[in-house]
Amino acid sequence: MAAKKMYDTPMLDELEKGPWPSFISGFKRLRDDHPDERINEMASSLLGQLEHSYETRKGYWKGGTVSVFGYGGGIIPRFSEVGDAFPASREFHTLRVQPPAGNYYTTDMLNQLGDSWEKHGSGLVTFHGQTGNIMFIGTTTKGTQHFFDEINEYGWDLGGAGPCVRTAMSCVGSARCEQSCANEHGIQRWLVNNFTDDVHRPALPYKFKFKVSGCPNDCVNAIERADFAVIGTWRDDMKVDQEEVKNFVKAKGREYVIDNVVTRCPTQALSLKDDDTLEVDNHNCVRCMHCLNVMNKALSPGDDRGITLLIGGKRTLKIGDLMGTVIVPFMKMESEEDYERLVEIAEETIDFFAENALEHERTGEMIERIGLVNFLEGVGIEVDPHMVNNPRQSSYVRTDGWDEEAEKWFARKTEEAAG
Amino acid sequence: MAYEDMRQPIESGCPDGFQYMHPVMRKNFGLWKFHEHPRPGVLRHVAHSGDEIWTVKAGTQRILDVYSLRKLTEIGEKYGDGYVRFTIRSNIEYMVSDESKVDPLITALTDAGFIVGGTGNSVAMMSHTQGWLHCDIPGTDASGVVKAMMDELVDEFQNCNMPNRVHMTTSCCQINCGGQGDIAINVQHTKPPRINHDLVANVCERPSVVARCPVAAIRPAMVNGKASLEVDEKKCICCGACFPPCPPMQINDPEHTKLAIWVGGNHSNARSKPTFQKLVASGIPNNPPRWPEATAIVKRILKEYKEGAKDWERVNDWIERIGWPRFFEVTGLPFTKYHIDNWRGARSSLNASTHIRF
Repeated sequence: MAAKKMYDTPMLDELEKGPWPSFISGFKRLRDDHPDERINEMASSLLGQLEHSYETRKGYWKGGTVSVFGYGGGIIPRFSEVGDAFPASREFHTLRVQPPAGNYYTTDMLNQLGDSWEKHGSGLVTFHGQTGNIMFIGTTTKGTQHFFDEINEYGWDLGGAGPCVRTAMSCVGSARCEQSCANEHGIQRWLVNNFTDDVHRPALPYKFKFKVSGCPNDCVNAIERADFAVIGTWRDDMKVDQEEVKNFVKAKGREYVIDNVVTRCPTQALSLKDDDTLEVDNHNCVRCMHCLNVMNKALSPGDDRGITLLIGGKRTLKIGDLMGTVIVPFMKMESEEDYERLVEIAEETIDFFAENALEHERTGEMIERIGLVNFLEGVGIEVDPHMVNNPRQSSYVRTDGWDEEAEKWFARKTEEAAG
Repeated sequence: MAYEDMRQPIESGCPDGFQYMHPVMRKNFGLWKFHEHPRPGVLRHVAHSGDEIWTVKAGTQRILDVYSLRKLTEIGEKYGDGYVRFTIRSNIEYMVSDESKVDPLITALTDAGFIVGGTGNSVAMMSHTQGWLHCDIPGTDASGVVKAMMDELVDEFQNCNMPNRVHMTTSCCQINCGGQGDIAINVQHTKPPRINHDLVANVCERPSVVARCPVAAIRPAMVNGKASLEVDEKKCICCGACFPPCPPMQINDPEHTKLAIWVGGNHSNARSKPTFQKLVASGIPNNPPRWPEATAIVKRILKEYKEGAKDWERVNDWIERIGWPRFFEVTGLPFTKYHIDNWRGARSSLNASTHIRF
């Protein structure tokens, strides 16, 4: 083996100390122990450049345009600005690969992906990036194509990068959670796989993310981070196993239950009775999940399950942080028609977004700019008081269509009452 | 670039997770009854059928070299059932249907240098961004900050002694890909971009850059006879939004790119509605390789939260109860003019009442 170029890394060496697993030690294993010289060189070069960043406190990667045949996105191209000094990692692109819904893997499959990646890439991989992709970090433009070709043959596809529909995420879900109110993985795949064209060929004003959480604990952070957040919920009574309530009271004491369950209910919908049973005012329960989290043996979601849909969550750039807004307070997700209706809402939303958003504007920002009502009319969804924390405060509004709008409301209510 | 072996992609999209799921989880999909937390890093889920699944959770370095990956898979094959999943904070979870496999799994993971924990009321592994390792606009490193902090917080990851779970994040620029957290450590630039006017015209799509600015501080200008952009530095909020589409507008600075700490981000609906994180500390030196100043502040906040919060209170619940003035008092952090929001909608964050704690 030819002597590979080595770089001193005194600052990075500091990150090999301490109990937490060290990514730097991993890089060094690839540099020193891997049988493939190409990987040794790449890892050595990467360590050199990273040390240089630590010394100068600046980053040295720039973007570019790299994709695979037939697609326009899914790769994060990285070209080094200090490639002359650290030549073996001059090109260090990442492939974003869509994980299985729920992030489940067999060890065999992980090994197979590892084998392919060693053949074509740097040997570094992350499960998962913040959008939800498997990130295969570090390969050349040529390696990008070859690695993709190989793993695409056995069931893997690229995720989104750029102004497109992005890779979606769902929580652990029905596979291992008693709070789950929906088939999160099914919903995720129905949604995102309906838009593969929009994933692979970025043509939207900006990114569009789906995230699916099976209950209002929202473990995948959908409301704060997704343009289209699907949250499992229920609308009948929560289930109370009074024997388990008594067991819990016996184990923890009344004071604990009153202080940590009853008084923490945001709508005062709970009462601990003198006989150590729990009374629930279900009509005022807002499904916050707190009491179910604390007493998960005794309390469970009801049987009439479905989802709440919120649209427009995102972080700061450009107008400030936005949470998703309730667009559909409840819909069932049982029949194929239900799934089709959800996909239809997503299609309407993305079409409206593509038509009406400014460049680099997220869905939530567009709604902020044009007003929620214009968006609702654009996607054909009726107004609902669940969409607001409170009605309007400002009297500066034209209300010359009041009677017609009130009539619409009463007509809808009559229709709902008729079933 | 043309290859002889070009092939059409198979647009398969998101793969079905069922094919990789533990058979007991497939069988009991949607039919789980309750779960217990017998010890840190271990969960026991029980289905209505009586079936059980045991989960062992371990923290990793997130950026895995194939040796670490193979070590994890080898442990899964040898001591587990060959089925794993990753959490959104890059912890690995091994699912087994037989309780007797739990202890050997924990031993094998610990022996291999992975940290078992991260369940229940622990300080979770920090979700983070790419930093100097791979990002094109980073103000700091992410993996390094996380490694340095998790070294210091490892006991809190391995134990469940916090009032409730603590989610932590870091982000290497103000776009904040790391997301919301009970405690978030994010880059905060403090000086406007330095512009290389010789390059702007050739590199940047100027109207897009102008449009990108949240405060309309950028305008086209001729500089040294070349088409370029200029920044009204009095308006500029140093967010760095112009830098990704226009690299000659360099926002990163070894000295003036600082770290800031935000608290109270909580994406659960439990008890209160979801909340975004709020600024509590800034001007913290970006100090590789171990960022001790940032870690010290995080530890101070965690200590006060641990001592002051009631059971089940997340950081935001705790502060909501005791009030922000007390938060600054107990943590000893300075309250400055920069803590008072002046962005759109800021009035709703001002106290329009006599609700004051003395």
